[in-house]
Amino acid sequence: MRRLVVTLAFVAGVAAVVMLNAGAAGSGVPRAAASIRLSEVSSATGVDFIHQSPTLDPKVEHVAPHIAALGACVSVTDFNNDNNPDLYFTSSRFGANNALYLNTGTGTFHDHSDHAGVGALNRAGEGVSMGAVWGDYDNDGFEDLFVSKWGFQQLFKNNGNGTFTDVTAQAGLRRWMNSNGAVWLDFDRDGLLDLYVTGYFRSDIDFGNLRSTRIMQHSWEFASNGGKNLLFKNLGLGRFQDVTDSLGVGSTRWTLAAASADFNDDGWPDLYLANDYGPEELYLNKEGKRFELARAGLQDDSKSGMAVAIGDVYNRGRHDVFVTNISEKGFLFQGNNLRINFLKELDRFDEVATGVVADAGWAWGAQFGDLNNDGLLDLVVANGFISADSTKSYWYAMSKIAGAQGNIFEDARNWPAIGKASLSGYERSRVLLNRGADGFEDVAEQVGVTDLLDGRAVAMADLFNRGALDVIIANENARALIYRNADSARGHWIELKLVGSRSNRSAIGAEVTVEFGNVRQRQVVDGGSGFCSQNDRRLHFGLGSERPGRVIIRWPSGRQQVVEGLKADQLHVITEAA
Amino acid sequence: MTTTAQAPARSLVASAIDPRYLIVFLITLVLVLGEARYGILGGYDRLATTLGICLVTEVVLSWWLRGRVANLASAYITGISLSLLIKPQANILWPFALGAFLAIASKYVLTYRGRHLWNPSNFSIALLLLVAADSVAVLSHQWGNDLRINLVIWVFGLVIAWRAKVLHVTLAYVACFILFALIRNAIVGGPLLAELAPITGPMYQLFVFFMVTDPRTTVSTRNGRIIVVALVALAETLIRLAGDFQLPLLRPFYVSPPLLALAVVGPIAMWWDLRRTAARPGSTQPGI
Repeated sequence: MRRLVVTLAFVAGVAAVVMLNAGAAGSGVPRAAASIRLSEVSSATGVDFIHQSPTLDPKVEHVAPHIAALGACVSVTDFNNDNNPDLYFTSSRFGANNALYLNTGTGTFHDHSDHAGVGALNRAGEGVSMGAVWGDYDNDGFEDLFVSKWGFQQLFKNNGNGTFTDVTAQAGLRRWMNSNGAVWLDFDRDGLLDLYVTGYFRSDIDFGNLRSTRIMQHSWEFASNGGKNLLFKNLGLGRFQDVTDSLGVGSTRWTLAAASADFNDDGWPDLYLANDYGPEELYLNKEGKRFELARAGLQDDSKSGMAVAIGDVYNRGRHDVFVTNISEKGFLFQGNNLRINFLKELDRFDEVATGVVADAGWAWGAQFGDLNNDGLLDLVVANGFISADSTKSYWYAMSKIAGAQGNIFEDARNWPAIGKASLSGYERSRVLLNRGADGFEDVAEQVGVTDLLDGRAVAMADLFNRGALDVIIANENARALIYRNADSARGHWIELKLVGSRSNRSAIGAEVTVEFGNVRQRQVVDGGSGFCSQNDRRLHFGLGSERPGRVIIRWPSGRQQVVEGLKADQLHVITEAA
Repeated sequence: MTTTAQAPARSLVASAIDPRYLIVFLITLVLVLGEARYGILGGYDRLATTLGICLVTEVVLSWWLRGRVANLASAYITGISLSLLIKPQANILWPFALGAFLAIASKYVLTYRGRHLWNPSNFSIALLLLVAADSVAVLSHQWGNDLRINLVIWVFGLVIAWRAKVLHVTLAYVACFILFALIRNAIVGGPLLAELAPITGPMYQLFVFFMVTDPRTTVSTRNGRIIVVALVALAETLIRLAGDFQLPLLRPFYVSPPLLALAVVGPIAMWWDLRRTAARPGSTQPGI
């Protein structure tokens, strides 16, 4: 009898495993109507950009699809100051052009890159593009362009007449790096935008001409043999100086993405890094004199960070962080991280991702934005690594070396050939609506986001000036997508365009808190975030049924400004008092 | 993993220290080194859950079904190894809780002639991988891929395996793995090191020192044990080849070839051995 009871308990345990597994992430259906519709309109709006991956030295041809599956970037700016957000996409193959799509203001775009001189950047000996960020480094009122490359980095000065001038050499930025991104910030609050450039592969590697195949990570968890990140201080007069070592931010942890904001509320912009093959890093800014690597609960949680998105998830007036990672059924569940900011109270973040937030597949770019204007920040995540032959997967072959000694897989020669296999391919993007206390809900298919392309960069902007955030996704080796937000039942909103005077003109790093109802939401003007992407620097706040209360702006200069009485459902341009 | 008890008794009597406690020491060393250096657990709640449920289940079931509380070394080893091996979706604890319960309960439920057939950890991991792949993966890379940490564990592991008189099992498996790696390489091509690479990883350390060597779930003769691990290595190779050739039917198996090979071969060998020894005139059943 006792044995029978134990046997029944055993069977019940097995049944519980089956049932709990069935309820795992991704199998749920939306609980409520999404109230938004995202329509893919790239072709209709004239955006026909197709990314091309880099070609590599034949020595690593057997794993080229893996190594080269990067570089599809999108960043948003208004480069001609016509109040219509424009788009810049990067391509990554020699001879393939980047594209600067000028927003005509009539619902269409046209490629302006030839005229602007920022298209033909991918040339042998110079390298290929991997990311781009916009910022007015010379405070002349026009957004300038920095392009991260596997090769020589490039800085373009916006001439204000629709053309750009390559000022890389004069600026002291002609450096060979294998960089996948950069972020503008004014770390010393001197009113000049500084530049943090992330290194991925080591900077002595030229993928067009490899001297060695010993180029890969030496650990899947705590690799520190990546390219060195570099911080360039803007000296003014168009010159930059490498201050990486004196400021202590030269991480070599295979950084794929960085974002900057004042995470600990001390008035100085910090740096948050998403590192591949390693833990995330938070560098706290010590009054512009140095950065200090914080523990913050990050140091032991080693995954494969791909993107950093910043958002005030629960309207607490704090910057929380979302970092994408990898999940593959049976092989690996790293899970994305949703880190809630408790730095002021506890000196750390709490990681709370579960379900659809944690498991999005092989996740890349991500951004927060209030898609339905309900006053809560939603999340868009692009997924999928390599979509090739859907009947073949590289996961098993990769697992052979994933558990091995670092010395073995550091050498690309020891990697199994990928051939035409996919690796977490054909994964759909996620649109996660923030339901407040009920958590996030994946409504991607419900709202019309069904593509299975290999998403990389995600950016958000109100492209058509309607008070609704649209979503732009750059896809690897595939066309870029523009999801127009056709919201039928939106709440109120306000948008803020900040113009610095004592601060940098782009107001990058400005911290804005909008009070509405009995909550407050904080956002920061974006100098680059997500994965090789940048949102429109105009801030968009959904308000639900509320009207805006006080708007508290902490400018990058440190000055605080409170604005009241702003009307809802409008864009407001606010200039920093001189 | 290892549910070390007195069987095979003859192999243990020579030890001044009960080999169970050597194994306990080794797995504790693995845990402490890995956690201190790399935070391998991913949260102490995982360890507390798994270890706690393993120990409680062992106490309750042994007392209730056999009238005495069993030595808890086996449950301790199972608890630690499950907390290291199970890598579930973020922030879910139920695979640790249910995995721990099912591992220990399997010793009392899945028996033949009074002996359990599966190594408890192996049973639990295999079950989770096969029926809960949406939620659970197994340790694939860990401990920083650091040569020094691995060397420490290999050295201690080999010494303890020698003291526990199971070194022949460990070495036989390693030799077979290398032989089959050469054969696989001849069949599928590609870099030879890619085929040899898995055994340099931490999951294999747990496998060769704690799982295939488990005296309670290996056959009774020395030669038999060598043959069994050779068969495990062979089954593993067949699964690996299925992975190389992308046979969809075996996809659930090639997420962790060695663990699932042992889960298939181990109990069959045990069943056959128990049946054979029982049929032998004058034979006695091994005690629990």
